[in-house]
Amino acid sequence: MKINIGLEIHCQMTGLKSKLFCSCEADYRGKQPNGNICPICLGLPGTLPLLNKKALENALMLSLALNCKIPDVVSFYRKNYFYPDLPKNFQITQYNSYQISSIGSGGTVEFDHKKVRIRRIQLEEDPGRLVYESGIATSNYTLVDYNRAGVALMEIVTEPDFDDPKDVKLFLNKLVSVLEHLGTCDTKLDGAVRCDVNISQENKKKVEIKNVGSFKEVEKALVFEISRQKSFGIKGIEVKSETRHWDDIRRITIQSRTKEEEQDYRYFPEPDIPAAYLGNELINSLTKQMPELPDARKSRFVENFGLSEQNAQILIDEKDTADFFEESLKLYDDAKEISNWFVTDLKVFINEANGIRSLKIKPSHIAELVKLVNQSTISRNTAKQILQQIVKSGEMPSVVMNNLKATKISNEEALIQIVDDVFAKETIAVRDALKNEKAINFLLGKVIQSTRGRADPKLTTELIRKKIASIST
Amino acid sequence: MITMDLLTSSAADIVTQIKKGYVSTEEYIAKIFDHIKKVESNVHAYISLNDLAIERAREVDSAVKRGEKLGKLAGIAIAVKDNICTSNMKTTCASKILEHYIPPYNATVIEMLEREGAIIIGKTNLDEFAMGTTTEFSRFKETRNPWDIERVPGGSSGGSAASLAAGETTLALGSDTGGSIRCPASFCSVVGLKPTYGLVSRFGLVSFANSLELIGPMCRSVYDTALMLNCITGRDSMDHTTLDVDTKDYTATITQGVKGLKIGLVREMISDVDEHVSKTIHDAASKFESLGANLNEVSIDSLQYALASYYTIAMAEASSNLARYDGVRYGIDMGPEGFEWNSYYTKVRSNFGDVVKRRIIIGTYVLSSGYYGKYYLKAQKVRTLIKQEFASLFKTYDLLIAPTMPILPFKIGEKTMDPLHMYMTDIDTVAANLIGIPSISIPCAFTDGLPIGLQIMGDHLSEELLIRAAYAFEEITDVKKVIV
Ligand SMILES: [Zn+2]
Repeated sequence: MKINIGLEIHCQMTGLKSKLFCSCEADYRGKQPNGNICPICLGLPGTLPLLNKKALENALMLSLALNCKIPDVVSFYRKNYFYPDLPKNFQITQYNSYQISSIGSGGTVEFDHKKVRIRRIQLEEDPGRLVYESGIATSNYTLVDYNRAGVALMEIVTEPDFDDPKDVKLFLNKLVSVLEHLGTCDTKLDGAVRCDVNISQENKKKVEIKNVGSFKEVEKALVFEISRQKSFGIKGIEVKSETRHWDDIRRITIQSRTKEEEQDYRYFPEPDIPAAYLGNELINSLTKQMPELPDARKSRFVENFGLSEQNAQILIDEKDTADFFEESLKLYDDAKEISNWFVTDLKVFINEANGIRSLKIKPSHIAELVKLVNQSTISRNTAKQILQQIVKSGEMPSVVMNNLKATKISNEEALIQIVDDVFAKETIAVRDALKNEKAINFLLGKVIQSTRGRADPKLTTELIRKKIASIST
Repeated sequence: MITMDLLTSSAADIVTQIKKGYVSTEEYIAKIFDHIKKVESNVHAYISLNDLAIERAREVDSAVKRGEKLGKLAGIAIAVKDNICTSNMKTTCASKILEHYIPPYNATVIEMLEREGAIIIGKTNLDEFAMGTTTEFSRFKETRNPWDIERVPGGSSGGSAASLAAGETTLALGSDTGGSIRCPASFCSVVGLKPTYGLVSRFGLVSFANSLELIGPMCRSVYDTALMLNCITGRDSMDHTTLDVDTKDYTATITQGVKGLKIGLVREMISDVDEHVSKTIHDAASKFESLGANLNEVSIDSLQYALASYYTIAMAEASSNLARYDGVRYGIDMGPEGFEWNSYYTKVRSNFGDVVKRRIIIGTYVLSSGYYGKYYLKAQKVRTLIKQEFASLFKTYDLLIAPTMPILPFKIGEKTMDPLHMYMTDIDTVAANLIGIPSISIPCAFTDGLPIGLQIMGDHLSEELLIRAAYAFEEITDVKKVIV
């Protein structure tokens, strides 16, 4: 059965200083309600929108990064509808029915050797926020906070090219990385990204899931919705064309309570913002300013550092991780060993902490850790233990090492003593080892265990073999 | 002290005397207020008066005494149409919706004029949200024509025009979306200029139809118009539709006359007008010839669609611009408690007058899906066509002349029940708005005690030429501009 999935993604331009049409701060979070507003973003009579040039450039950069066509002239439209979070009761956005007005269109993005087409990228203003103090169901009044009103949004619409929720996830990972590399949107901020998803299965009606609040939830919402539709199919119930919402607490999609009426938005060109002629000069200069994007960075990691494609992919999925990796590399030049930490032990911590910058670990820590292992000062197992501590404490590995007195035991005399102790306790295993080579590993494990990982495995194995040999003769 | 009639003199003369210390600004402003008190019960030009005007006047006087450098309009009284935002005074748009609204900022033109020392006397009446041709559709009062108080002053800047003609101010600001400066200028026998789109900032002008309208000077002489224009032009960082052009001194070339200029009399604008108007404008054309201009009749075929195009675009833009008046953030507060959003909006927005409601409804209709192409897009195509026809005419002609209004000022109430007929009166003024060219209306003659205005249009940014021609005409005619 064929499934078609399309996405409509809204990303706030969190990298901007000011809103899209006024000089209020783009960073509205944590401010006194209605404390981040001015006559323009409040739509007071007589005010006019002033297009933020930086926002236009950022949106152009994203369009270029997603291989979109850029029109010669960029224009804005008014989308008219009444809603209390809209100060002017219209939203300034872009619209492609009468002409190509949006900043990018007809793009393609490659991810994991697959392709998705980008229908359009457009620039628009975010509405304010409705606040229901005691919850939407029980509040008998609504508060409106316009601090967010007028914040620049990029709307990215894909064609319905996905057929697997896993691909959606991989695409979103790629998109996040592109946004991070461009510095336009910090997708980790609360409310910085929202995603509408539409699914249509062969011979079935289209279902839209609105307002999925984070990219991580999108795959889950899709998996749920597809299995819901499958179970309908088994029961012989028809799937209705409808709008649903993702309930991220109950982990289900639910039918929207308010039926979305067929709205007529009465789009028409915004008369207060003159159409912007872009010209090759601007596009060329933006292309020149374009930072290194994830694809190029990945290739560089593979070619210059000899990393596997898979490891390089994990590194570039989050810009912070890739940056951290390269900073570590500057301090200690062993790309393979350093990258191994990022794709194994450190990755677990990064995922748990929602990004490497939330951990206390610094590039210098990783550099030193790898160096200590390479110089055989500590064993890999000890290094793992040390890592566990430094992600929380931010201490230097050498400091932790000394505190643990964790220096690898490579002193032969000390080890002989420990090996003797183990042999005394594990008589059955010793007997086995006389006949079976593999039982040696068991004894080795015991020695390492009793030294909490500090015993040098190579030397210990040697000592065990010697002792076995001496018994058998 | 010299003796001059402070109620009827020009701004140019008064400012000279103020700067020399021969005229006390305080006395002058006080005199205007006294006169307002005397005539307002007949004229009804003002919605509100500025309590701080006398204080400002004293400041100008003490600046004169201290020998400080004074602005181009130091101490001059100016009446401001009440759809232009003033931070210390109500800005009502003559609407119940904004009856008590005080903006938190000044329009750019207000900032510029106050920087030049002008003193706001008060805020003048208009048709609600500038939608009208008579000022009868103010939600507060009907302004009367000072030349015949049974008649309309024209609109929508009727309060500004009437205050000038009645000696209640020396200068005035109006706004012109489809003739709203020029129509009342014509009906009240004063000068009114709608500048090139983008020459004057719209920041702080409450939007009716953004792509058509502009703020402009209204005065009792062409020279004052030039003087005032000098103070309000230029690129404004608060309005992206303003043009990046150098400011000019429009008084510098004002006496250069029209000798050798090619002037076209627009046939379509004069063919269907009142016979008195027609005769007067033909006479005016001859006067230009006598001043050395080359005069020809010209034809602009696409003008027959101008009115339809204008009203389609104006109403479409208005329907969107006026959506923000919902009583949630500012303006009238009807108590939202107990209302669901849409029913609260209905309650608040029922306070719009019928004229405004009609335009919102029509504007909503022409933008609706399925009708956009049929109406709005077609109107924009007509607009382009008209632009092209004018552009090709301006290759040959320096200026175009026509009547400002096709009819004489009519009786109050005469046309209020017939909106279509009312719309028709804009037939000669809307073209300039559609294509963004400058157009000036100047007093041309009186017939049976009623004023007739002459309209002069030019290519984009030809204000200098317009003012030269208007001044030359004014010099050889003697038409009354004030009645006190
Ligand atoms: Zn703002």
